[in-house]
Amino acid sequence: MTAATRAAVPEMHPATAETRVAVIEKRFVPPRWLRRTGSVLLRMWAYFALVFLFLPIAVVVLFSFNDPVGKFNLVWKGFSLEAWQNAFAIPGLTSAFFTSLQVGAVSTVFAVIIGSLIALALVRYRYKGGAATNLFLVLPLTAPEVVLGSSLLVLFLDMSWPTGFSTIVVAHISFQISFVAVTVKARLRGFDWTLEDAAMDLGSPPLRTFLRVTFPLILPGIIAAAMLAFALSLDDFIVTFFVSGSEVTYPLFVNSAVKTSLPPQINVLATIILLVSLALIGLNELVRHWRTRGLPVG
Amino acid sequence: MAGVAAEGTRKSRVAPYLLSIPALAWLAVFFVVPLWSLLRTSLSTTSGSVYLPEQTFSWEWSNYATAFSTYGTQFTRSFVYAGLATLAALLLGYPLAYVIAFKAGRFKNVLLGLVILPFFVTFLVRTIAWKTILGDDGWVVSLLQTVGILGPDDHILSTAFAVVLGLTYNFLPFMLLPIYVSLEKIDMRLVEAASDLYSPGGRAFRKVILPLSLPGVFAGTLLTFIPAAGDFINAQYLGSANTTMIGTVIQKQFLIIKDYPVAAALSFVLMAIILIGVLVYARVLGTEEIA
Repeated sequence: MTAATRAAVPEMHPATAETRVAVIEKRFVPPRWLRRTGSVLLRMWAYFALVFLFLPIAVVVLFSFNDPVGKFNLVWKGFSLEAWQNAFAIPGLTSAFFTSLQVGAVSTVFAVIIGSLIALALVRYRYKGGAATNLFLVLPLTAPEVVLGSSLLVLFLDMSWPTGFSTIVVAHISFQISFVAVTVKARLRGFDWTLEDAAMDLGSPPLRTFLRVTFPLILPGIIAAAMLAFALSLDDFIVTFFVSGSEVTYPLFVNSAVKTSLPPQINVLATIILLVSLALIGLNELVRHWRTRGLPVG
Repeated sequence: MAGVAAEGTRKSRVAPYLLSIPALAWLAVFFVVPLWSLLRTSLSTTSGSVYLPEQTFSWEWSNYATAFSTYGTQFTRSFVYAGLATLAALLLGYPLAYVIAFKAGRFKNVLLGLVILPFFVTFLVRTIAWKTILGDDGWVVSLLQTVGILGPDDHILSTAFAVVLGLTYNFLPFMLLPIYVSLEKIDMRLVEAASDLYSPGGRAFRKVILPLSLPGVFAGTLLTFIPAAGDFINAQYLGSANTTMIGTVIQKQFLIIKDYPVAAALSFVLMAIILIGVLVYARVLGTEEIA
């Protein structure tokens, strides 16, 4: 203990070091039982935070099985499978849900392509303006959604671009790009670029190297980014609210329904989204697991 | 990190620019230009009829004066609520991130999964769930009434407390994840050395773990505070007319009242305040940590 302490302060005058050690040894050391209690309290507080995070989700899933009296599914009345059996029985809700899926699919494809390309540029090359580009990419993440939505609305009004499906897609791509770039960048950082050199040394042309070596290896990162982008699109309310015109997405439908009626089908669809995303994440992790185990070097 | 990057760094004059062009062009057109339009609109005057208003750019600074004098309360309220929610998210998020990073053992991934679970339930539906939980017929209110913390006629819904709680809940993962990432990066040998050097427990944490996790705390603070300050859903669903936030005002000015210049001024001030904070942050800590 003393040796280790002294090694950590080598430049110090011996006398000073001695007094220091003395001070450290005199300092109050909490007894074991007190540290135990502290650690138990810390754990309990952490579990409380977990319950706080988990509670509303449990309520959402539980209330998809509710048999509400009246129009609002806000108070528990009794168990029923009716909403699940008639999940798509509310025409406005169903069409809004499918609009959301379409918006998500189209915007995700564009955002993933554009965002992955710039991530590749930033991780793989060192170039003038790279640092500035990094900062610029983060800026949209720091703009509040009301600002993004309202500024896009002003732009669309200026351009006399009628708001609707296309403006929703454009707005979603605009906030997805940064998230995609950041996610792909994080996944690319650990990538061993010498694998590319190896392939090219063996005579593989650049394009083939990219398609056969680079792309398969960065694909899990791109898939993760795509799932995030899709989830963000599906979930977005604030930006969409500004630029939607008369188009209705799933969150917009929920928002307008709040005033008139809240059918349990809203919860059924939310639960379906939750289950499908969990299944997809599980699948992606599983594939990643198999692939890393399958690689001979690694 | 620098070593790894240098190893794979390619030298090419054109390729990185070609790869960057689509994203940069998109963000120029749909992020920078809109902000510019917003700025111009915020300095314009409205003429013409109510149904076909026309904006003319005229350095109309009075829009900003109007925005501040009329909606100063909502501005202050937004920053206070967002500040409280950020603090609450830090108090809940840091210990949980700490336990997941250092004490969870083989349950680490399961716990992390639980933390991001809220992302997969639509924001609005999550917030409506809080309406159920905190409702006057709910078990939370009746429990607190039985214990005597709440009077028989007291509510939780439609109060500032409910709004701050909603904000805390909705943005907690944004606080927790960056903190977790920065804790995860800490070399355990440093922590061991610290507990040898200082007494175990508190001081090792204060001298080593806390300073090393500060970048995560800063990133989490920004990622929580920014969306919370601009949010209007929690205030609308869980609050009342007395808890209106600046987001509600901006949204109403744009979509219902259609007073674009004042609305743009409000929006721009919110953006400017936050942007200044972010730039100061980026200068002090670098941009890598936000990601």
